[in-house]
Amino acid sequence: MSDFSSTARSLNNGVRRDPRNEWIARNRLHPLHDSVMSARQGEVRGPSGLLRKNPHIIGFIGPNGIKRIDRANLSSTELNSKKRTSEAQETLLPLHIVENPDGYIMVVADMVGGRLTRHDKDILGLAHQLATEKAAVAVVLVCFGENKETQFDLAGVDRLIHLAGQEFNGFAPEARLAALEQIETQFYPDYWLFPDSVNGGADLASRLAARLGERPATQAWQVNGTQTICRGASSSVDISRATPRILMLLEECADAIDRTRHQVLPLALDVNVNTKQRLFDQGQIAVDSNAVPLAEAEFILSAGNGIHNWDQFHAAAAALGATEGASRVAVDDGFMPRSRQVGASGTWVTARVYVAVGISGAIQHMQGIGQCDKVVAINTDAGCDMVKRADLAVIADSEEILAELTRLAQQHASLASLEEKSDAA
Amino acid sequence: MQPNVNVISLVSVGRHPQSGRARRAEQDGRAVELGLKLAGKNLTVVHAGNPQEPVLRQYAGMGLSSLTVLEQAQGCDALPALVSFLTENSVNIVLTGVRSENGESSGMLPYLLADQLNWPLVPRVADIVSVSAESAEVLLALPRGQRRSVIVTLPFIASVDNAAQEARQTAFGPGLRADFHVLAMDTVVDEAAHQWKITAAKPRPKRLKVVKAKTAADRMKAATAKPVGSGGKIMKNETPEEKAKAIFDLLLEEKVVR
Ligand SMILES: Cc1cc2nc3c(=O)[nH]c(=O)nc-3n(C[C@H](O)[C@H](O)[C@H](O)COP(=O)(O)OP(=O)(O)OC[C@H]3O[C@@H](n4cnc5c(N)ncnc54)[C@H](O)[C@@H]3O)c2cc1C
Repeated sequence: MSDFSSTARSLNNGVRRDPRNEWIARNRLHPLHDSVMSARQGEVRGPSGLLRKNPHIIGFIGPNGIKRIDRANLSSTELNSKKRTSEAQETLLPLHIVENPDGYIMVVADMVGGRLTRHDKDILGLAHQLATEKAAVAVVLVCFGENKETQFDLAGVDRLIHLAGQEFNGFAPEARLAALEQIETQFYPDYWLFPDSVNGGADLASRLAARLGERPATQAWQVNGTQTICRGASSSVDISRATPRILMLLEECADAIDRTRHQVLPLALDVNVNTKQRLFDQGQIAVDSNAVPLAEAEFILSAGNGIHNWDQFHAAAAALGATEGASRVAVDDGFMPRSRQVGASGTWVTARVYVAVGISGAIQHMQGIGQCDKVVAINTDAGCDMVKRADLAVIADSEEILAELTRLAQQHASLASLEEKSDAA
Repeated sequence: MQPNVNVISLVSVGRHPQSGRARRAEQDGRAVELGLKLAGKNLTVVHAGNPQEPVLRQYAGMGLSSLTVLEQAQGCDALPALVSFLTENSVNIVLTGVRSENGESSGMLPYLLADQLNWPLVPRVADIVSVSAESAEVLLALPRGQRRSVIVTLPFIASVDNAAQEARQTAFGPGLRADFHVLAMDTVVDEAAHQWKITAAKPRPKRLKVVKAKTAADRMKAATAKPVGSGGKIMKNETPEEKAKAIFDLLLEEKVVR
């Protein structure tokens, strides 16, 4: 009895082997092989009770019947790469916290099209370099008008002053200057940083500097707390000088923030802009979109081999007010002039919105549109590279979509002119 | 155009981008051209600096009978002289370039003038369309070839952009024959600028594309992969109307269709 119980105990404690299972596991051709192997995935004990690692179950059999081990994890990043990167950024990047700041650095951004430009981001990076030279300095972004930016936290904005009022829209240097003056009296920032750009940054900075009576540094490209190097005499000389409070900075003056997240807390500002207005904005006026050089155009409608009705394409471009572009094939076939070619052997464009109609997205073409913000593809082939690059892809025949777009544009224009008439009446 | 508006163009000595020699400045030439369009023979062209400067003859050769020079030594601040000149004379429109081609090239002069005279300033003008007794309609040159129409009250200062009408050719002989009115001015030495160290421009380092990848395979991928967007929206089964509407809405949202 006792004998029996002891053997029972020893049976319980010892490792039980299943010779049949082991046999199936050794035989890769056995129909049950897969299920047995996956059942063993967890803990596998060897005959002596030691934990065993099975080197044979990693990897998979590739298309040629050769075993492949995916060490770079390519297949899993392929599957959910988007989710992964955004998750990784959210969890990885540390939050930079500034509590009770005793100094401020104001960055007045251009925000072309309502988003931070690369120039703006570089300047935010520089602001953080200057901020480290003193304790508890907050970098404040000042922006006017509409705001579509969603990544202020990753660009390095500790505090945000967003002046969204109607009076700041369009060309409103007087109202904007009045707001900046109020910021000056309320916060007295350590530095004012502006982009030295044609998008309004240099204009506003010069107005503020003249009003405050400070001598600004213009075209600055190397800045630290004590010394600034500026370009002068049409960029032929470098001027080294003490760092002033107001700086207009060139592009690539510093690296953008990419390793931290920031708080983006709104700062309260009591705005009451009631200056005497002497500049009255009459709005942007229509220009001949095809007279704009292709490299500078803001909105390009580009045609490729998938266009068969060229009259319709030109009509659509005219109705939308878009500058015309073309792929090399369309140019080589004689449908478009050489000066309209986009790509490696044509023009490198900087459009904010690029609509590619019937263009497959060859690498030579893609190089030319590397700087475009929003790409729209109209193509019959859902698998082509242009569709992969596009922010909005439409899988359809170019002719139908262009006809529909032309109709919408004409409808929009007639509505707008009706409104204008009723405004005037 | 309007004989009763007084237009002044301010000119400076330019710098040829390749040879570095003195020349008629690009934007100042356009300011004179725009002034000639507005005021014709009544245009006053003013330079603050050395009256012996030969480049001034190139401006005079654009068809000016005379040119006013506020005499100043090298390294002096032109601002006080110009402010006193503009307050003494009744002026409606002052045209300047956006940025000088020499010296600090800060582009602050029109702004400082506007602030001291308390006049409005319109930056980067492509054209002045019309002038009336109280106001003028000007076209601003925006980036990417766009234009904005602005109405500004007189008197005002405008800086003239490269998009304005190109300066006409200068004629050598008439340039030599033009009269120079030289006015002696109190000079103020630009003290701050004497503290600066000025060297030839160092080429700026090109920014390298740094790939922050953990593994060699990731770096290889970053170097070789085709540009792929962040995964946009793909519309396949909708009707053509819906698809076109989606595109048009995007164009409206980006404000490229107005
Ligand atoms: C040295 C070199 C330099 C080059 N430089 C350039 C350059 O600067 N710029 C450039 O563009 N190319 C350049 N190329 C050529 C480039 O490689 C491609 O051949 C070219 O870009 C392809 O043009 P595509 O997309 O218009 O034509 P295709 O590749 O023929 O694509 C046509 C697309 O239209 C679609 N389509 C067809 N019918 C319709 C329809 N009815 N409705 C909607 N879609 C339709 C198709 O699905 C296809 O995706 C260069 C090539 C070389 C070798």
